[in-house]
Amino acid sequence: MSTPIARIIGAVLLVTVFGSPSSQAGTVSAAVAANFAAPMKAIAARFEHDTGHRVRLSFGASGRFFAQIRHGAPFDVLLSADDEKPARLEAAGLAVPGSRFTYALGAIVLWSARPDLVDAQGRVLETGTFRHLALANPKLAPYGEAARSVLQKRGLWSTLRGRLVYGENIAQTYQFVASGNAELGFVALSQVLKDGQIRAGSAWRVPAELYPPIRQQAVLLNRGADNPAARALLDYLQSPAVRRLIRHYGYGP
Amino acid sequence: MSDDNLSALLLTFKLALIVTFLLLLLGTPIAWWLARTRSRLKGIIGAIVALPLVLPPSVMGFYLLLLMGPDGPIGLFTQALGMGTLPFTFAGLVVASVFYSLPFVVQPIQNAFEAMGDRPLEVAATLRAGPWDRFFSVAIPLAAPGFLTGGVLGFAHTVGEFGVVLMIGGNIPGETRVVSVQIYDYVEALEYGDAHLLSGLMLLFSFIVLLTLYSLDPGKRRTRR
Amino acid sequence: MSSGDLQANLALEFPGFELAVDLRLPGRGVTALFGHSGSGKTTLLRCLAGLERARGRVSINGEIWQDEKTFMPVHQRPLGYVFQEASLFPHLSVMANLQYGMRRVAATTLRVSLEQAIELLGIGHLLQRRPDRLSGGERQRVAIARALAVSPRVLCMDEPLAALDWARRQEILPFLERLHDELEIPLLYVTHAADEVARLADHLVVMDRGRALASGPLNETLARLDLPIQLGEEAGVVLQARIAERDQRWHLARAEFPGGSLWLRDSGHAIGDAVRLRVLARDVSLALTPQADSSILNRLAGEVDAVGEGEHPALRLVRVKVGDTVLISRITARSLAALGLAVGMPVWVQIKSAAMVE
Repeated sequence: MSTPIARIIGAVLLVTVFGSPSSQAGTVSAAVAANFAAPMKAIAARFEHDTGHRVRLSFGASGRFFAQIRHGAPFDVLLSADDEKPARLEAAGLAVPGSRFTYALGAIVLWSARPDLVDAQGRVLETGTFRHLALANPKLAPYGEAARSVLQKRGLWSTLRGRLVYGENIAQTYQFVASGNAELGFVALSQVLKDGQIRAGSAWRVPAELYPPIRQQAVLLNRGADNPAARALLDYLQSPAVRRLIRHYGYGP
Repeated sequence: MSDDNLSALLLTFKLALIVTFLLLLLGTPIAWWLARTRSRLKGIIGAIVALPLVLPPSVMGFYLLLLMGPDGPIGLFTQALGMGTLPFTFAGLVVASVFYSLPFVVQPIQNAFEAMGDRPLEVAATLRAGPWDRFFSVAIPLAAPGFLTGGVLGFAHTVGEFGVVLMIGGNIPGETRVVSVQIYDYVEALEYGDAHLLSGLMLLFSFIVLLTLYSLDPGKRRTRR
Repeated sequence: MSSGDLQANLALEFPGFELAVDLRLPGRGVTALFGHSGSGKTTLLRCLAGLERARGRVSINGEIWQDEKTFMPVHQRPLGYVFQEASLFPHLSVMANLQYGMRRVAATTLRVSLEQAIELLGIGHLLQRRPDRLSGGERQRVAIARALAVSPRVLCMDEPLAALDWARRQEILPFLERLHDELEIPLLYVTHAADEVARLADHLVVMDRGRALASGPLNETLARLDLPIQLGEEAGVVLQARIAERDQRWHLARAEFPGGSLWLRDSGHAIGDAVRLRVLARDVSLALTPQADSSILNRLAGEVDAVGEGEHPALRLVRVKVGDTVLISRITARSLAALGLAVGMPVWVQIKSAAMVE
């Protein structure tokens, strides 16, 4: 029995019996803001490999997770798209006090699928002849709030108002722009970045001083308080290697 | 009630009224054709009409967004007409809702036409009524319960539509922000009071619609002879 | 009289059925299209009306309804049509049903007034009712009046009584006889009931498997010995007679026809009234000598005219001439042999019963 398959089976058996920290291996259920889906999948894979814990991921809108957690949804940790909901969960006694931390800083870009529309200073906002400018609903999404703040600082909020279309979240906003139905829009840098470069179209990287920081916070929920895997995941998110990875996906330090 | 809520309610009912009207106009000939044709295309057309019954609204919304977008066939057509593109406009919602609610109107009318059979039309023909005359003086009155059911279902389904509107509406107040989207926003924004108010109204509305429909059940009326 | 008739040369195929007829029918009186179910009689009527699209030619009184090049759609053919089930429009009142067709006909071509149609079918008291508040017989009368009210040039009836029970049929038959007597409109009447033929028809078309086996005046056609096989138990003749005498004591009436007379139950007709007598072949027996010691009331002297097959190998049909009238007798082949009957032989005809059908 010296076939490759037999060798793999042997290795797996060895790892299972001796190699892995099997005595503490657990499962963590994480509710993750939709905008963080891509980096989180990569992180979870590494985490499982490094620790032997399993991660169950749910992606969705932070507001819906908030409502579900209030009504007993079985999540151990929440990776929110903002800092308000984790704070409110903590204040409501639904999360472990002191467990909150910022795992990523969101950055926005003004982006168009067309290669020539958006200039490096975003002057297209004043001069451009576009029909629809997409942004996430400021009431719901911190990325939308940031976009509104940029328009207000440039004094364009009231003049552009008739041309604004709102995505329910940043993912839908991206879809509006990517499909060309909105000529341009404020989307998350992480959505259009690939290997440190804007993937396609044209973009203006909005300076961070034009909008309040988008602090994406994670929090340990009461259900996960005694789950070692949950604590391990939150620690893992703050390790230097993972922070580098997150930056690589287009989030601020 | 806040202006936002009132505006969303009015917009929703305006949309539903226009869509129902268009659906009756468009659905009647389709239902007639489906009820009477012996063509082999019947299966295909019937399946296409019924698609929204089984298709997730997100799929409909996604494809409509692409089809009506600047590079999609519908988008190219509307741009050639000088109308621009349809997403993010009230007209766009109307078009999408017509697609989405079509089976709810076509099927009851088609069933009514089928239940009627050939005989009343033959009788009308022997009484000198031409094809159009027969259609309006006999087929439509005899299929009236089907039209009522189809109209009510089409209206209610448009009012309750969410996924497609969310995908192509752009959430513009007074233009595309209908009640269902407004409720979603309230829930997402943790404003549960307003969410309760509008949700309660929708629940009441849906119940009244169904109650009306069931008490108008043509089967029931027939047995009361 | 080529101007006053209806000509039809039609062909139509369905899977398992083929219609092929070439008919010339009189432009007056009642023509019965008679046959078993599946014989094609209803299909023939539907083709004449244009409800089925057959190949061929249809013309009435010289006006072409269809030929190789033209096909006049149903609603342009000046006909009336009564279906087997009354098929009233349920969303209209009786009055509105009656007016439906009439309103669609040019006033100048109206020859039957609405009042006339209502009176003829005795439905004056029903006008404001809804069709679902009528009995089956009432509904059919309204349907007939509705078809009449368009002043058709020909009135088609497809087994109008078949869906009704015996009592309802008896309710409607007198109205149909009134149509026959009072209107000039020719009637095409599809039926599989021999008694309706006997009562109403002037002209008979016998249909079988999509073909017209015979077409001719009622008496002549009924007296043909090659056809009664189609009729079986119902084989017989219809005599046009006149009441000549009434016997108050025994409640009998004597009806006279060319060549003789018959005693029947008195049904209240006055002397001089025209009546139809239906004499079934199974009720007629033959004897070589007059038999006075029998209960049979009616004995007529006649002469054997023809002998034919019955519907069973044991049976024979014998046509006997009584004066200018013919009768058919159904006897066994054994009796035929025992009596030695042959064409031209004098014979006594004994009629056990005869029904006055009108």
